[in-house]
Amino acid sequence: MTRLEARGIRLEIGGKPLCTGLDLALNAGETWAILGANGSGKTTLLHTLSGLRMPSEGRIYLDGSDIRLLQPRAVALRRGVLLQESEPGLAADVMQTVLTGRHPHLTPWGWEGSEDYRMASAALAAMDLEEFAGRALPTLSGGERRRVEIAALIAQDAPICLLDEPTNHLDLHYQIKVLALVAGRSKLPGHLNVMVLHDINLALRFCTHGLLLANGDHRQGRLDAILDAQVLEMIYHCPFREMGTAGDRIFLPA
Amino acid sequence: MRRPGVTPFLVALAPASLLFAISTGSVHVGWIGLWHALSSKTPTLDATIVRKLRLPRAAAAFAVGALLSLSGALLQVLLRNPLADPYVLGISGGAAVAALGSMLLGLGSAWLGLNAFIGSLVSMAIVFGLSHMRGPWTQTRLLLTGVVVAAGWGAAITFLLAISPGSDVQGMLFWLIGDLSYASHTGWAYAALFTGLLLSLPLARSLNLYTRGELVATALGARVGLIRTAVYVLASLMTASAVMEAGTVGFVGLIIPHLLRLLGDSDYRRLIPDSALLGGSFLVICDTLARSVIAPLQLPVGVITALLGVPVFLVLLARARFP
Repeated sequence: MTRLEARGIRLEIGGKPLCTGLDLALNAGETWAILGANGSGKTTLLHTLSGLRMPSEGRIYLDGSDIRLLQPRAVALRRGVLLQESEPGLAADVMQTVLTGRHPHLTPWGWEGSEDYRMASAALAAMDLEEFAGRALPTLSGGERRRVEIAALIAQDAPICLLDEPTNHLDLHYQIKVLALVAGRSKLPGHLNVMVLHDINLALRFCTHGLLLANGDHRQGRLDAILDAQVLEMIYHCPFREMGTAGDRIFLPA
Repeated sequence: MRRPGVTPFLVALAPASLLFAISTGSVHVGWIGLWHALSSKTPTLDATIVRKLRLPRAAAAFAVGALLSLSGALLQVLLRNPLADPYVLGISGGAAVAALGSMLLGLGSAWLGLNAFIGSLVSMAIVFGLSHMRGPWTQTRLLLTGVVVAAGWGAAITFLLAISPGSDVQGMLFWLIGDLSYASHTGWAYAALFTGLLLSLPLARSLNLYTRGELVATALGARVGLIRTAVYVLASLMTASAVMEAGTVGFVGLIIPHLLRLLGDSDYRRLIPDSALLGGSFLVICDTLARSVIAPLQLPVGVITALLGVPVFLVLLARARFP
């Protein structure tokens, strides 16, 4: 079932075209990786797919409806976004920050109920942050703050999650833990993920599909089918070495 | 799951501060006299002092304090800058130039308030217009525009002070420091306060999202464009109404919201009403001290807000683990 669709997307920043004529159909059960060099338009594309930014041309459809015509709250109930970096804000504690993920679920005058606290606590537990619930955000380390952001996304409980470099600031243990958790959610009925990643091997391990951006051009498909050393060299402008066997490959910059 | 927080204490503090204000002054009115003054209709001297002088002035002080701290709380989240206060965007500067100009021309006190209000609106329109010239504003663009416009007004204020006759200068300085003895638009101030509260409370939960950044707030379903215009206009009109009533009382709008944050109020659904209550009570207490510490001489209330506010704030800040 196609849940998120892009038709004829053209992206440009400061007059410079990043990609043109992009069609994408994202279906339930899939986890997509957006791969590309710095400045190739990964974040711009992720924001466009999220409805946070309008494309220069083309439309985004969420469950068949033009995303621009949907109520912001209705969109937030169906798709969650993890941004690349969090902005430093005024002091707030960890629990409060995670509870902001419940905003779309509340009525305009409603306060968070026991169900919202249960979801937020479960999300904190999934990120091993139970003991941080009452801590002020500025007292946390960069990786811990990143896990708080991810916990807020999980508490939002949106079937479609778009994540911009989710592994930023995370140690190896949490990189795997977070990606396994996110990829696992795509097995739930109607769920799917899109993430911008820089680690090709993590992408191969956790993502089913890929969209490659390079030099204003794009290529998409099942990730294991479209990735080889030659394609990677074209994207990242450096030679790659392939190791392992089919179905269990890794790539290293040579 | 809703903790009571400091709200019950603030609800009790507000009437206590008003009681303190009407029972204190250069003429001693005992508790029994106070009771008679408030309950009986006989126009005794005590009754006149309490009902015609102290009560209206305390009511004006409460409205001004509440307006300023609510406006400060809103601008701090709009600009995502803890240093923001109601005057940071130049609203008070426009008001001050208009007010000082009115004094220089010898216009009456009714004109003074009205012109100050018009001056605020002019400044607000300039800042809003300039920061919108090329597409939607960014927080930095709005803040820089406001700060520079404020600096321009500052120069005009200095010029007006320099060319004014000495007899006018004291009144001008009192106005600039903040003084409630001119207060004559209390009804308007309360109308602005209730409008501000009524319109900002429905935005409160979205403002909680806003503290995580505009993009996060948009992603979570907040109408960011609407919110920032609403917050800017509301905060500006509330500041203008406060300035019209009492001149540019400093410090209240900066420290009261932070004081509440240090006491654990970071949720805007609490911070908005709590700011109004604490700001109002704080200014009532300060104004009572301003007119009684060296009675019969009266100090401008702005002196007391800083003298009282600075140490309290610094102690709390030093004890806090963050920011």
